Amino acid sequence: MIQAVYEMLLKNGFVFSFLVVGVIMLITQFVSDKILKNKIPGVALAIALGLVLASFGGKTGIADIPLFSGMALLGGSMLRDFAIVATAYGASMQEIKKAGWIGVLSLFVGVFFNFIVGSIIAYAFGYHDPGDIATLASGTCTFIVGPITGNAVGASSEIITLSIAAGVIKVLIVAVITPLIKKIVGIHSKTSAMVFGGVMGTVSGVSAALASINPKLVPYGALTATFYTGIAAILCPSVFYPILQWIMMQ
Amino acid sequence: MKIYGVALLAACYFAGLAIGEVLGNLFGVKGNLGGVGFAMLFFILLTDFLNKRNLMKEDYASGISFWTSLYIPIVIAMASIQNVNAAINSGAVAIAAGVVATTFCFFLIRLLISLLKEEVEA
Repeated sequence: MIQAVYEMLLKNGFVFSFLVVGVIMLITQFVSDKILKNKIPGVALAIALGLVLASFGGKTGIADIPLFSGMALLGGSMLRDFAIVATAYGASMQEIKKAGWIGVLSLFVGVFFNFIVGSIIAYAFGYHDPGDIATLASGTCTFIVGPITGNAVGASSEIITLSIAAGVIKVLIVAVITPLIKKIVGIHSKTSAMVFGGVMGTVSGVSAALASINPKLVPYGALTATFYTGIAAILCPSVFYPILQWIMMQ
Repeated sequence: MKIYGVALLAACYFAGLAIGEVLGNLFGVKGNLGGVGFAMLFFILLTDFLNKRNLMKEDYASGISFWTSLYIPIVIAMASIQNVNAAINSGAVAIAAGVVATTFCFFLIRLLISLLKEEVEA
């Protein structure tokens, strides 16, 4: 009997993932409402619980466990990106234009700054090869760009894995900490959400954080964060790496 | 027909990704450069255009808003499929880079947002 139920769930993994996420949200919303008196948003708790569940698996988190393999489709980049585009419905072009030069500035400042901090940390930890440093710094920008730079400069797979890890650490912090310190950071409007997405860059982290702060802000932060990823993918391997190489030769 | 709204969304999704692919090739980078961002811009412009001409039927919009509302569940599922163990066990350099960069980013965002305020007031 149990075996039959297990196999049924296994065969319908994607549908089962809806049930799993529904139960996660039900539990976390209850805890947020009744126990924490809404001090921490239910969505933030749900994301944190999701990360805890991920630690029971490996490379693809909880989806490594066959029963939960459907989570990989529901939480994968295809549906994530599709839903992000859907959130743009009703977003106003005027609000986007309002961010204006500061929105664009935040993109370049964000990519540049993350790369520099990543480089300094990598150097401080004993990495002195410009390719290794550039790869780690690119992962610090956002975890998608780590492997892009790593492949371009011929970094080893260990370095590429480390660069992805740096990006994932960033996702964890941004997703969990931002809603707690939103007032200190000043994320309260659509334009400030755009600055947040532009400087932070990580689409996953930014959109998760904004979902718990105010779902209406998601499209604005996600928009600048996706452009951040694009700009980082251009600048890190083809501009920052040669500059870094030149500096290291001096 | 709700599916028209979803199909419109899918069309913008692919139009954006196509631009991202072209840019990727142009810059010789493996990967899609900002495709999702372009898809969002197309979608905002197109739905705005249709709304202004009253061509956007209510049930098209409800097909779209279903996907909008799936966004949070998808993010939670996304959190559950991260390689959390590798990230935590990967070594101090990854953790230090992630923590320090993110902390500095918060300060930078605070600074830029305060510039934003002055501009609005001025």
